[in-house]
Amino acid sequence: MSLLEIDKLKVYFPIRKGLLDRAKECVRAVDGVSFSIEAGESVGLVGESGCGKTTLSRAVVQLIKPTSGRIIFEGEDIANLSEAALRVRRRRFQMIFQDPYSSLNPRLTVLDLIGEALDIHSLVSDAAARRERVEGLLKSVGLDPSHAARYPHEFSGGQRQRIGIARALAVEPRLIVCDEPVSALDVSVQAQIINLLKDLQQELGVAYLFVAHDLAVVEHISHRILVMYLGRIVEAGEAKNLCRSPKHPYTQALLSAVPVVDSESKRPRIFLGGDVPSPIHPPSGCPFHPRCPIAEARCKTEVPLLREVEADRAVACHLVT
Amino acid sequence: MALLEIKNLQIEFGTGPKPARAVDGLSLRLEAGKTLCLVGESGSGKSVTALSIAKLLPTPPARYVGGEIWLEGRDVLRMSPRELQGIRGGVVSYIFQEPGASLNPVFRIGAQIKESLQYHRPELAHDSEVIRLLRLVGIPAPEVRLKNYPHEMSGGMQQRVMIAMALASQPKLLVADEPTTALDVTIQAQIIELLRDLRQQLGMAILLITHNLGIVGDIADDVAVMYAGQIVETGRVNEVLSHPLHPYTRALIGSVPRLGNHASRLTAIPGAVPRIEAFPQGCRFHPRCPDVQPSCSLQAPELSTVGTFRQVRCPFSSTNPSTL
Repeated sequence: MSLLEIDKLKVYFPIRKGLLDRAKECVRAVDGVSFSIEAGESVGLVGESGCGKTTLSRAVVQLIKPTSGRIIFEGEDIANLSEAALRVRRRRFQMIFQDPYSSLNPRLTVLDLIGEALDIHSLVSDAAARRERVEGLLKSVGLDPSHAARYPHEFSGGQRQRIGIARALAVEPRLIVCDEPVSALDVSVQAQIINLLKDLQQELGVAYLFVAHDLAVVEHISHRILVMYLGRIVEAGEAKNLCRSPKHPYTQALLSAVPVVDSESKRPRIFLGGDVPSPIHPPSGCPFHPRCPIAEARCKTEVPLLREVEADRAVACHLVT
Repeated sequence: MALLEIKNLQIEFGTGPKPARAVDGLSLRLEAGKTLCLVGESGSGKSVTALSIAKLLPTPPARYVGGEIWLEGRDVLRMSPRELQGIRGGVVSYIFQEPGASLNPVFRIGAQIKESLQYHRPELAHDSEVIRLLRLVGIPAPEVRLKNYPHEMSGGMQQRVMIAMALASQPKLLVADEPTTALDVTIQAQIIELLRDLRQQLGMAILLITHNLGIVGDIADDVAVMYAGQIVETGRVNEVLSHPLHPYTRALIGSVPRLGNHASRLTAIPGAVPRIEAFPQGCRFHPRCPDVQPSCSLQAPELSTVGTFRQVRCPFSSTNPSTL
């Protein structure tokens, strides 16, 4: 049994307009996505801004209620649980956010920021045990235990992200959803955080859903990668293999945009014209066809389905055989 | 004569017995039509250097303690306020990291570009020139887009508008301070390509500031690597990227994640940039340096010239093992 199984998940946001506040249209942020995560595995989710990857990751941890579909975590559908029942389950899945500056309460010390998570789930018996546990967590993410008395503004971006990780780890989750955890950091610090996340996974066996727009970062931490475009998965497969031989034209373009230092390994760049189209009125047929360099006539009318093209590789494109 | 030449620039913040020296003896040279990348982590003093070129730092808290900034043969630091008005936009234009924060949310983008034209080329402050600029920066359907408000555009489109606004005054130097950091990798590639095109079309020089060495190779002629207020290595881009001499440059290159690199760990630089008021004794990089020697904590190394265009601030650069 998989740790997490997402089945035909849809998240639509209604746009209310007019006098009667009726929902006339809706943003199809996530439009029928299915995948699974095994225990101890990390799955990367990549795509440009506006493709729905943040909405999807938030729906997985039930910060957004899905419109339809099932989210089966440890064999139980958590999409329709009551708030009280969900709160107990939340100990098993946690989230790390993108912006380490706005995701920590500036008025709490690090001891209370992390201790709060312990209190909510009644994991410690007294103040001494609470302090000891927080100091242990700080050490495990590479911070000094004496930092427990400090406030968030006394830390750099990378250190704050470590505090966010310690807070997520406090309740011993089986799954951590990381929403662009390194996008706001310098490259040198990015590497520190990615190494830390990998070390913690080896040590604790925790699974990750790792969301980012940079494929080089995602390849480094993931066992499998999902490429998302306009609310749908367009390609999925084993990480190294997918990066070595991308099949979907969108994945190919994403890969060619990754910045490289040495000019020898530079691949010819495929420039995508324009931006991700509006998810309110997605293009007909294949949602990628207006930007696709190899689009044909039928791409404008027929929606391609995600299908297995070889072992451990699924692609949603008419032209991939 | 170089378009821009900074000599021994020193900038301090704060007062009292121990003011914080954000830029400490920095020298740079940029020829007309060339691209120089200034690279370093957050807190290394890159943005302070960039802002000082048009004397844009608020004083106080900043103080120009020493040095010269020669722009087209005139020292910016000795200009009158009126002269400064003339070079801001007229000679040097800026684009910044977050285009959403730099644009005024309550005016249409066409009006904002026109405002820049009114200052610098009032005879051209018409919609037709705005449309030409928007087309130049690759915005589709510019006739429609000039009526947009900033919130109606994506981040990449907003950055293009910022570039159009910067180009309206026909500057000789464009200073781009982390122009792609807030953008997706696909859009980052588009913007870098656009800057490279524009440099060729318009013959303008670019000073690009970034923390990501990955984008440097795509656009730069020269690179200057900055750490804790000082230049630690400069040179032609190919030489620096293929044979980095300073351990910090090597570490920065190593931290860029590579596709198809199956090593289990990325080479991270341990620790963080030291705080501006607490730079370490001796070499400022020594607490984080993988090749540190006993003498590094005692004597501050000088920037020494190796080869024609190459300078490095590390006495052990010739004996250090190249890790690449």
